[in-house]
Amino acid sequence: MDHHLEQQAAESEKKAVKLLGMWASPYVLQVRWALAMKGVEYEYVEEDLRSKSAQLLAYNPVHKKVPVLVYHGRPIAESQVILEFIDDAWNHRGDPILPRDPYRRAMARFWARFKQDKLSPPIWRWFTTEGEEQEAAYEAAVEQLLVLEKELAVSGKPFFGGEKVGFVDLSLSPLAYVIPIYEEIVTGGGGGGVKMVTEEKMPSLAAWMGRFLSSPAVRGHLPPLEKLRPRCQAMREAFLVSARAKVEQQQQQ
Amino acid sequence: MAGKEDLKLLGLLVSPFVIRVRMALSMKGLNYEYVEEDIFNKSELLIKLNPVHKKVPVLIHNGKPICESLVIVQYVDELFAGRAILPTDPYERATALFWAAYIEDKLSPAWIGILKAKAEEERAEKVKETLAAIEHVEVAFAKCSNGNAFFGGDSIGYFDIVLGSFLFWFEALRRMYGLEIINTSKTPLLAAWAERFRGSVEAKEVVPEADKAVQYANKLHAATAAAVKLVSSE
Repeated sequence: MDHHLEQQAAESEKKAVKLLGMWASPYVLQVRWALAMKGVEYEYVEEDLRSKSAQLLAYNPVHKKVPVLVYHGRPIAESQVILEFIDDAWNHRGDPILPRDPYRRAMARFWARFKQDKLSPPIWRWFTTEGEEQEAAYEAAVEQLLVLEKELAVSGKPFFGGEKVGFVDLSLSPLAYVIPIYEEIVTGGGGGGVKMVTEEKMPSLAAWMGRFLSSPAVRGHLPPLEKLRPRCQAMREAFLVSARAKVEQQQQQ
Repeated sequence: MAGKEDLKLLGLLVSPFVIRVRMALSMKGLNYEYVEEDIFNKSELLIKLNPVHKKVPVLIHNGKPICESLVIVQYVDELFAGRAILPTDPYERATALFWAAYIEDKLSPAWIGILKAKAEEERAEKVKETLAAIEHVEVAFAKCSNGNAFFGGDSIGYFDIVLGSFLFWFEALRRMYGLEIINTSKTPLLAAWAERFRGSVEAKEVVPEADKAVQYANKLHAATAAAVKLVSSE
């Protein structure tokens, strides 16, 4: 009897919660992991971003992006906002995503913004450029990564969220699996060459990466590394080709 | 009513980001020590407490620093009892946070870009971006306010503070460049809301005259020009 009621509850929850996503998006993955942390059942809809559905455009007219969480028919966009919402709406369930303490919550939000504003741009620049521009981006990215390294080292905890995965870990999650892919592609996969996160320079971050990927919420839904690799490779090539074409054009003028 | 809390705010009178925090503190009835920073000559305290960004506002509560205006406002709202700044309903809260993020990521860099533009072309581009962004905000206001005076209801709340703190700078930009970011024909709802915001007790307490912003902008431009001269004379 109990099991039947539980099943019914799960099914009706699944109807109430829908996630519009795309397999390669790290922002969508963060939301999936957060939902897993709270044990939430949901309907997942894969979007083709080259041909956006009417549903996506209706639910996120401002940004036209995924992820979009639809809760009882009402949409929420922007991964950071969605993560906070999940924590709020299911705060009676599972582990907290944001810390309970207001000061630690403030710190968590600060680090999530740091990743977006200070860390992601140079990493992206490093991955999509070459030569001097790439070297400068590399230095900038390492400088910011060292800030994170210090933060984690000083805390002495396994995760940015403390003993368990939390808001900041989810926000930083692309670092755990995208950087190694970028490192392989940028050095041509021949080994040696430039790594961004080394055990030597960033021991806490390096350890965190493996720990994060084997944590319970993440283990249930691993990032699709095999599919991501060629996609990232194609992206880098496209950017380099476009940049070289621009340079040629300028030289011919 | 908040007891004796040790609150210090490092700020700048013309910074809209600082004004957000001052409004939030005032809405909670909190007393604090205010320290005006000289942005052209940052204090050691500021650099020590906000090493990552070296920016104001920084709120120091019982000796612990909190940076980033939106983070500080949420912190103040969550910690101190009294008037709610953010909505209490999770979905409404998410909506407010979404639009605050939009303001930070799209509107803010655009209008600040108008000030910082080094050439007319760049400025024109930033003006376009600003006007496009404010159109989205007009639509948001129509949806979120539900006919109420402010974004969240009939009194000032989170999103009002986030956008309202920019209004005196929009007026400064009008005086400097003849640009109307919010106007009664293109963004009628926001124009009416702006009147209400400007006339509110909360805003009157901490929002400076637009002329102060113009003066600051001129100082900034002069400093940039001097720096450029210095570099090119080397």
